[in-house]
Amino acid sequence: MRSSFWLVNSLKLAAWLSAAILLLILFFLINESLPLIQRIGLMRFFTDESWHPLSNLYWLVPMLLASFYMAVGAVLLATPLGVVVAIFGHYYAPELLAKFYRGLLGLLSGIPSVVFGLWGMIVIVPFIVQWMPPGASLLAGIIVLTIMILPLVALTTDAALKRIPITYMRTAISMGLSRWGTIRRIFLPVAFPGILSGVVLQSGRALGETMAVLMVSGNVVQIPSSLFQPVRTLTANIALEMSYAMGEHRLALFCSGLLLLCLTIALVLLANYISRNHHA
Amino acid sequence: MKRVVSLSLIGLLWGCSPSQTDKLILTGSSTIAPLAVELAYAFEQLHPDVEIDVQTGGSSRGINDVRLGLSNIGMASRELKPEEQDLQSQTIAYDGITIILNSENPVSNITDEQVVAIYTNKINNWSELGGPNYPITVVNKAEGRSTLELFLNYFKIKNTQVIPDVVIGDNQQGIRTVAGNPWAIAYVSIGTAEYESQHKQPIKLLSLGGIDASTATVKTGEFPLSRPLNFVTASVPNGWAKEFIAFSQSAQAHSLIIDQYFIPNDAQ
Repeated sequence: MRSSFWLVNSLKLAAWLSAAILLLILFFLINESLPLIQRIGLMRFFTDESWHPLSNLYWLVPMLLASFYMAVGAVLLATPLGVVVAIFGHYYAPELLAKFYRGLLGLLSGIPSVVFGLWGMIVIVPFIVQWMPPGASLLAGIIVLTIMILPLVALTTDAALKRIPITYMRTAISMGLSRWGTIRRIFLPVAFPGILSGVVLQSGRALGETMAVLMVSGNVVQIPSSLFQPVRTLTANIALEMSYAMGEHRLALFCSGLLLLCLTIALVLLANYISRNHHA
Repeated sequence: MKRVVSLSLIGLLWGCSPSQTDKLILTGSSTIAPLAVELAYAFEQLHPDVEIDVQTGGSSRGINDVRLGLSNIGMASRELKPEEQDLQSQTIAYDGITIILNSENPVSNITDEQVVAIYTNKINNWSELGGPNYPITVVNKAEGRSTLELFLNYFKIKNTQVIPDVVIGDNQQGIRTVAGNPWAIAYVSIGTAEYESQHKQPIKLLSLGGIDASTATVKTGEFPLSRPLNFVTASVPNGWAKEFIAFSQSAQAHSLIIDQYFIPNDAQ
């Protein structure tokens, strides 16, 4: 009785603490950005003609779009690949190969992002240069991000497939269904919420990724009209300019942080909405 | 920058409490401030009974504050103007930047006017400069960097006029970008570029106005795209100010200066 009291309350405390940290960060960001927002208004971030904070121009739209495009591009590429990899590992590969495969994915997911960035900078970017200069571009960012989140999509999908009761498989076999038919019609739909929550986690990571993206995507503040154009994401903007920013320039960077947090929250809400509708 | 803020906060707190600690106040150029913070930290380790407070606000503030007695040392990233000759200035380091190209690029001479035209997108193909028919990848620095400021001042352009293809943060990133793209042009600190080109990075440093880009020509003052980083005092420095300036010019400070991509002044 007593031990359960302590357990329950310490768990509650931990839960409240982690929620409080998120709120504190939100509060801090709002608090830091407010002086600038009060002075110039929210609309300037969406209507100014460029991002030149030293000349009082604070257009954030191109970076918002760049963050969004890059995350969406990476998720669109990584999700089908990751799901196929997981299906192969789970239903088609021989046990030994599957084990090796999973180990490899785990290893891949543990590589620090700056290593991916360096690799992108000396392999991917020069490769794209030969084809479409300047090389450092939205495409390079998407490729590097895809490789970064692919193993995690595969691992979460694998875990979702593992949770499917074995009876489903037995019933399907006894009814004489083909392997591919069973996977497509039964296992994937059953595992869908699990796969989706993995994808959402990975889009959050793709949105928040900074170093790798900063190293390969060119960091020019513009709305890209093609995959080959350089872009600057919200995260790269903060990392590039924070160390030398002062005064309102610094406040404007806090505003871009706040915008990024809003984008992430919107994404999580959207994912919740989709998964709820799927169940209904 | 955070260090500067916290140092000045510590300074404020110290000001409130009665203590025997001597205090040295530095104000001025934001180019020098990060270096001054590092120098101050190292100096305080050697002399625990002195407290150094570094604040930014531009070279002009540095000079004004020294005149008005609001600070002990002003930081100015330029020579003293004729009307400021009543002050004493000590050069602690030099800041120079060079334009770099990939070594594969056959173009080896670019005039100042051509640099301006490239950066404002009036020239955007190497064929217009006698090179092969490839578009130019223009590499610019992120806002707030002192290299950007020096570059813009020298070529008399505004950052809003620059149309870049790649924006970078530090010098290393600029060198890697040019090393990986034969048709890129960038500007970086001379110290870093010289070191990397001697260590097998495929980049070349362009001369400017007929003068080779090297730390040697920056030190002699010949290289045009450079500036001295000065500590300015109202009179001949004495006490802790004298000690600190001497420390900043000593061999002990060289590695701190090089870490900030500046060139130490070893004329002393």
